[in-house]
Amino acid sequence: MPVEPPQVPADPTGSPTYESATREPMIRARGLVKAFDDFTAVDGIDVEVRPGEAFGFLGPNGAGKSSTMRMIGCVSPPTAGELTVLGMDPRTDGPRIRAGLGVVPQRDSLDEELTVEENIWVYGRYFGLPRRLVRERAAELLEFAQLTDRARSVVEPLSGGMKRRLTIARALVNSPRILLLDEPTTGLDPQARHVLWDRLFRLKREGVTLVLTTHYMDEAEQLCDRLVVMDHGRIVAEGSPSALIAQHSTREVLELRFDTADHAARLGEVDGIAERVEVLPDRLLLYTADGEAAQSELHRRGLEPLAALVRRSTLEDVFLHLTGRTLVD
Amino acid sequence: MAAPAQGRVGVAGRLARALPVPAGAGMARMLVERNYRSFRRTWVIIVSGFFEPVFFLFAMGVGIGSLVGDVEADGRLVPYVVFVAPALLAASAMNGAVFDSTTNVFFKLKYAKLYDSVLATPLGPRDVAVGEIAWALLRGLVYSAAFLVVAALAGAVTSPLALLAVPAATLIGWAFASIGMAATTYMRTWADFDYVQLAILPMFLFSATFFPLETYPPALQGVVQATPLFHGVAMVRDLMLGQVGADLLVHVTYLVVLGLVGTAWTARRIERLLLR
Amino acid sequence: MARTGTSAARVTQDADGGPARLTGGWQAVTAHWLAKYRRVWFGTAITSFLSPLLYLAGMGYGLGMLVDRGAGGIDGVPYVVFVAPGVLAATTLQVAAGETTFSVMGSIKWDRTYHGMLATPLGVRDVVRGHLAYVLVRLTMAAVVFFGVAAALGTVRSWWGLLAVPVAVLGGLAFASCCYAYSASLTNDRGLALMFRFVVMPMTLFSGTFFPIAQLPGWLQPVAWLTPLWHTVDASRTLFLGTADPGGILLHVGYLVLWAAGGYLAAVRVLHRRMVV
Repeated sequence: MPVEPPQVPADPTGSPTYESATREPMIRARGLVKAFDDFTAVDGIDVEVRPGEAFGFLGPNGAGKSSTMRMIGCVSPPTAGELTVLGMDPRTDGPRIRAGLGVVPQRDSLDEELTVEENIWVYGRYFGLPRRLVRERAAELLEFAQLTDRARSVVEPLSGGMKRRLTIARALVNSPRILLLDEPTTGLDPQARHVLWDRLFRLKREGVTLVLTTHYMDEAEQLCDRLVVMDHGRIVAEGSPSALIAQHSTREVLELRFDTADHAARLGEVDGIAERVEVLPDRLLLYTADGEAAQSELHRRGLEPLAALVRRSTLEDVFLHLTGRTLVD
Repeated sequence: MAAPAQGRVGVAGRLARALPVPAGAGMARMLVERNYRSFRRTWVIIVSGFFEPVFFLFAMGVGIGSLVGDVEADGRLVPYVVFVAPALLAASAMNGAVFDSTTNVFFKLKYAKLYDSVLATPLGPRDVAVGEIAWALLRGLVYSAAFLVVAALAGAVTSPLALLAVPAATLIGWAFASIGMAATTYMRTWADFDYVQLAILPMFLFSATFFPLETYPPALQGVVQATPLFHGVAMVRDLMLGQVGADLLVHVTYLVVLGLVGTAWTARRIERLLLR
Repeated sequence: MARTGTSAARVTQDADGGPARLTGGWQAVTAHWLAKYRRVWFGTAITSFLSPLLYLAGMGYGLGMLVDRGAGGIDGVPYVVFVAPGVLAATTLQVAAGETTFSVMGSIKWDRTYHGMLATPLGVRDVVRGHLAYVLVRLTMAAVVFFGVAAALGTVRSWWGLLAVPVAVLGGLAFASCCYAYSASLTNDRGLALMFRFVVMPMTLFSGTFFPIAQLPGWLQPVAWLTPLWHTVDASRTLFLGTADPGGILLHVGYLVLWAAGGYLAAVRVLHRRMVV
């Protein structure tokens, strides 16, 4: 299907775009805190997102990712700390900042009383865009979201993947300089996720700054140039996916499953085979530079696990190492 | 892209900014536009709302009217249908506005999450409040105009001043829509809407709607006169009977104050709920 | 039957201790709705108990003052006496409509309660019967409370009036079962709003509740005769006044039973078509 991505940041005013005019980061947070009555969701984080990059917040549910996104989206005032988005202060310039953002919330909040194309038109009007421009752009965006043939259908019967793509298309109607995506693919089937990732890659190529949260390590590895790992409202690591893996894990992992109810009890038998061993309820993870060698050592000791698998380290391992917990539980 | 929010603020926007209410971008009309689009698919329901007061007018005029005979209103004897028609216009303005601003808004707030996505754009809480209330008013305006035509056909209109009953009914709609929407922001479940009925029904029945103030026990007359619908009914009745006096000013002032308070209160509540 | 551990709640034992049946039947469905009702009863108490009393006060005494002055009451009795049985019947109609519209659609479409129920050994018949049994409970409560107040106010002129309570409940059920079938057939709630506007509201106003249908234009009177509400109102009114004749009451009751039974059959059919695909 010949899909041309929409003309993204051509600033309609003709003035030099913000990112070319300054060397400032798109988003900068210093000691950012969000506290509610009974708990602190975000506990003093420092973040810098540069123009054109895809930046990720990785962490389990409740790590403070969504609260951070809401503060960046100017719909949640920070409790303390500094935050600038597009060089402005959300506390005083909310509407102006939001005019330059595209927001894809965690839960699709499409307007179910309207059709697919009306969703984009109406949303564009919220940005004060002229009707004709909104219509032109809607046509492009529907093409981009592969929804052209559903333009006049109501929203309700669309599949989860289609709704998600429509939400993203809608968020692009104002040609945002930053696209905020809160868990863009949670709840989608694998195929729909890949379609969505493909669309996000196109946007990245067009120079849109992407900021996303996820608790899927594969998503973070696929999409993010740089990411921070969050846990309990704090940042526990920061870097590119490969750098994080190199820094916090080994090259390979040997996964072992024994015929036992208590994998911790088998810990002694694998002692010394790997640099580090993690115990999960259903398996042991042996961290080593050379998985094959570890497996041979296993055989030499006469150990016979039910299953043994050598794989590369992922961000999941990084997270496990940093927090002692798995990402998706 | 920051330009539209800033550059398009018109007189209304600047005026709105001068008021001590939460932030908005002066773009409430965009929400009205959204509601108009949605209306094009649900117009049957909305148009059907017009029939409610008409049914009542028919029941009261045809069914009860001949049993009651003439009633004293604004110092003269008039047929019952002439007495009751203005009250039905005022009461339906209230009912329509309350229905719109409670059930519909609750659905958008809790289930459709409409305002979450609206607030991700340059629009602010005040735009949401003003936009929704304005929409309720527009609908009320159309209803009251249509009802007035029916009332005229039924012989219940006796003065050209009755034309002013349309803006008057719109004012009633504004007052009740804004208070209703503010109250909606406190609702937790659909069951809470029964409390709305608790407020609306006594007013509907006892605001000198179906029988004159003089028939109430003296002790209750003061209570009746304190309710907003009483002022709405009295205002519309004065206009439709063509008996305009200083009282009218009291009625109008009462409802304008209610509308202003309700609008500001709604905007604050939307801010508290969604921007935390 | 070895699975008693997982479905113990639903497996009842018969007399000789053996497992009898696998389902809680319609009673379990009724229990579900009653449990839900327990959480919101206070709010609905206002609408289902207080609003009929407000109508009785406003119409019966307020408007009644004008009617009694203008026409000397209706059929020889004060207007409040005339209107009280009308309000009783209208109340059961309102409760019936309120309990068989949005909750039915919601159980099919929004919170999908029925999907959960039908995933157990319960059948469509149990679901409908259980729901209507719950409505019956609600109708009885509303009718009894209103009757008590109406009697205390002296609007019930005969002991036969007591029979108006079951008649009004039957009238409510007659409408509830049809309304259930209608709600279950809809795919969106637009039709419900229209039903309230074009069925419930006109029926409430023009079925002899607030004024005799003799006041209506001639062509409208036969329409009023067709509505279940008119039969409920007329039967209740003659019972309240003590002027009822057995033949007339039987006719009214028979007509209402037809509506209730027809509605029930339709409801089962429609829900089956909707849920068992």
